Amino acid sequence: MTSLNDEFVIEASGIHKSFGELQILKGISLQVRRGEVVVLIGASGSGKTTFIRCINLLEDIQAGRIRVNGQAMGYRERPDGSLVRDTERNIARQRRDIGMVFQRFNLFPHMTALENIIEAPIQVLGVSRAAALEDARRLLGRVGLTDKADHYPAQLSGGQQQRVAIARALAMKPQAMLFDEPTSALDPETVGEVLQVMKELAEEGMTMVVVTHEMGFAREVADRVVVLDQGELIEQGPPEQIFSQPQHPRTRAFLSRVL
Amino acid sequence: MDFNWDIFWQYLLQPSDVYLYGLWLTCVISVSAMVLGCALGLAAALMRLSTNPLLQYPVRFYVWLMRGTPLLVQIVFLYTALAAGGIFRFEDIDLGWFILPGNIQAAIIALGLNEGAYMAEIIRAGIGAVDKGQYEASRSLGMTFGKLMRRIVLPQAFRVIVPPIGNEFNVMLKNTTLVSVIGVQELLLSTQMVTSATFRVFELYLVVAIYFLLLTTLWGFFQRWLEVRFSQSAPPASSRMFGRQAMKLLRGR
Repeated sequence: MTSLNDEFVIEASGIHKSFGELQILKGISLQVRRGEVVVLIGASGSGKTTFIRCINLLEDIQAGRIRVNGQAMGYRERPDGSLVRDTERNIARQRRDIGMVFQRFNLFPHMTALENIIEAPIQVLGVSRAAALEDARRLLGRVGLTDKADHYPAQLSGGQQQRVAIARALAMKPQAMLFDEPTSALDPETVGEVLQVMKELAEEGMTMVVVTHEMGFAREVADRVVVLDQGELIEQGPPEQIFSQPQHPRTRAFLSRVL
Repeated sequence: MDFNWDIFWQYLLQPSDVYLYGLWLTCVISVSAMVLGCALGLAAALMRLSTNPLLQYPVRFYVWLMRGTPLLVQIVFLYTALAAGGIFRFEDIDLGWFILPGNIQAAIIALGLNEGAYMAEIIRAGIGAVDKGQYEASRSLGMTFGKLMRRIVLPQAFRVIVPPIGNEFNVMLKNTTLVSVIGVQELLLSTQMVTSATFRVFELYLVVAIYFLLLTTLWGFFQRWLEVRFSQSAPPASSRMFGRQAMKLLRGR
């Protein structure tokens, strides 16, 4: 692995994605440096959620390349340069490096908060139960839910569930975290607690790609804001620039609607 | 009315060995066929859910065939017709400590094959009831298909599946009477044997009906216990159907 590859945790280039006739992504490229927080914004239907789902292969792509830590995701290159879809086992292994937090939390309802967190480390990484439990308790403390360890998801508020989901993703010790509208399904009063956890995570140097409608969060936490519109990346830059001097007319139109 | 209370009570309360053997055989065949049916049903359901037509179509054919023909015909076909056609004959198997007769093997296999088809549909529906997000969450954590099925999806599907499986076993207990036609001496055939010797048809068929009622009632109690046990970690049904999330969506956030 060269140092150049090392610099970027996520490299996506020329991602094309369509559902039947409908083109969702029209060749999006994005590189994310280690420790960088990238926030994707854009109108609904602009493809931002689809894009981050493509990064960890929850969606198939029609064209383009994705590399995580310099390693190709989802396909192997033949010696002649052509691509073949990788085996399920290899794709599963590649996904370990990327944590994902969903809009609807997707906690396992038949497991307690603690069991949710230790499940993948034990089953996927082969960590011992004792070590996984210790780590899970530490992570629960980090998201401020030490006292909820033995609660089932249905007994937790939306904000608490989302914080458990973040802890569950962190338990895999990922290289990067993807957040797919993590606060969109929350009650307004619990949005803050989730954003606070994400902010702390960013300050600790986690590489993050966040899809959100929380412009305040984007402005405060993002290193770079990326604007998508109709499946295209139309503008990117530091938050000050995007929010105060947007260049692209469609960025201006979008921001005037949401701010 | 020709009804002999003495005979009725005698056979109900002090069943002969023939009866007890029949009762035992009914239970053994039911449980074995059910286990076979569950295993076949699970395999079939997973194959049916696959996008690969080579896996999907054989299962569709199997379910179509098993649900489209009478169970009684399937039993006779498997044991008698195949042997008559010189295709396959069930031989007695000597297992050392006892001999497993060919007709009992055929009975278990026929009932199990039939059950598997119904089970496949039940398990498929149960798996289908698990939220798509559970797959995505499991996959994003690096789980392979086998792990996510075993650890995440099936335990959740099981909760939906337990009540219909209980009903299936209830039906299975009663369906074992059909294997009397291939000479398996379960409860019904035992009764027939006794009636042919005593001619007390009314009393003895009443007794056999009560026996089945007893079996299915006992099973009913066990089923209720099972359902309570498997729903323990689940939130109550009302909050599952109209949980916080659902309510919020209904209210439009």
